[in-house]
Amino acid sequence: MTLARRIIPCLDVDAGRVVKGIEFEGLRDMGDPAELAARYNREGADELVFLDISATNEGRETFLETIRRVASQLNIPLTAGGGIRSMEQGRAVLRAGADKVTVNTAAIKRPDLISELAQQFGAQAVVLSIDVKRNGAGWEAYTRGGRDATGIDAEKWAREAVKRGAGEILLTSIDRDGTCTGFDCELTATISKAVSVPVIASGGASTFDDFYEVFDQGRADAALAASIFHQETRSIAALKGFLNERRIPVRLSK
Amino acid sequence: MKISIVDYGAGNLPSVERALRKLGAETQLATEASHIRSAKAIVFPGVGHFSAFVNGLRERNLVAPLRKAFDDGVPILGICLGLQAMFETSEEAPGEPGLGFLTGDVRALPANVKSPHIGWNQLREVSKGALLRGLPDDAFFYFAHSFAAPAETSPTVAACDHGMAFAAVVEQKNLLAVQFHPEKSGEAGAQVLSNFVEAVQ
Repeated sequence: MTLARRIIPCLDVDAGRVVKGIEFEGLRDMGDPAELAARYNREGADELVFLDISATNEGRETFLETIRRVASQLNIPLTAGGGIRSMEQGRAVLRAGADKVTVNTAAIKRPDLISELAQQFGAQAVVLSIDVKRNGAGWEAYTRGGRDATGIDAEKWAREAVKRGAGEILLTSIDRDGTCTGFDCELTATISKAVSVPVIASGGASTFDDFYEVFDQGRADAALAASIFHQETRSIAALKGFLNERRIPVRLSK
Repeated sequence: MKISIVDYGAGNLPSVERALRKLGAETQLATEASHIRSAKAIVFPGVGHFSAFVNGLRERNLVAPLRKAFDDGVPILGICLGLQAMFETSEEAPGEPGLGFLTGDVRALPANVKSPHIGWNQLREVSKGALLRGLPDDAFFYFAHSFAAPAETSPTVAACDHGMAFAAVVEQKNLLAVQFHPEKSGEAGAQVLSNFVEAVQ
């Protein structure tokens, strides 16, 4: 009896569709959010993360509608975020049916946002997302989807966020994101050892071995990936079978 | 028969409501004392902070009718913070009395494990109860909490281990409660809710 390591598909949503960023090409349509969510639910995903990447107000309104539509079909936890700047926006996402809200750029600009959300909804509902680049000997937090350097040390920021009430850290390696070279296990282990809350590793997943390594060496409590699950070539059930054979505790679906 | 879901102003009620309705149960939200008084069965979900929860109940004058329902033998299902609030006190809010339907205290999870305890975990059955009927021993349930009732001082039907053995399922007469979220626990969670619905019919 051990707490299972979680496998979490992430869906980037723009104007009500799941999309994938392709280099030189822009966004590619990957399908209907509710259909993909239902498939992941069936395949044994432990929870889902929905990120709003739309740039317009209409897009944001559509995002809430998407959350409503998806949540009504799920019986696993749902985390949602993307551009959330205020407690009211957080509340709207939770009211739409998400169980947790994730914040990133706005929390770096105004760390009180974390405290406000945690006081109102509980630490278990607040996921702090940190985008990190290796910077010489250390790790630096970036904002705006990895575009802006902040000069803030990622480990220090993670500790402060947990003190303020973040219940989980969603840790993305910008260096690895989209490279298919595997998770950054060193970064993940550093942050996982530094904080008392669960850490979700993200960025770089390509093979089943990558997941094994981030749980084994990276001390990740959960691993998140997007596109490798969207194409049906690699199913979550097969990944969990692979991890189970290698003695990583996972929830196997019946 | 209608199941009343206690609405104290902060919980994520739609998912609990939806899960019960999928099982064919009729539900209503209980926001005032009269809704509790007329209830044939009560579901008591909760997320957030212990003191916000019990204060929300007090402000809505729901504590006395809940006590009466409990004394009258109305079946009650507590979920997550709903389980914790049934005890006398919690380390999350020292000095703030809980409902006290169950003797004992709620403690913080120990510092040597990750807290909140978030994710899917398995149970260890310690006595026969109604809620886990028909479920395999190795079923997983979704937990999201930083505080818990120690297993040995609670009417524990099934325990879970995370730094300490805590009560994952408690049953005492008409009072049933789970520390995990059945509405977020896939098919296994649906079976737990279905067992409750069956028990009250």
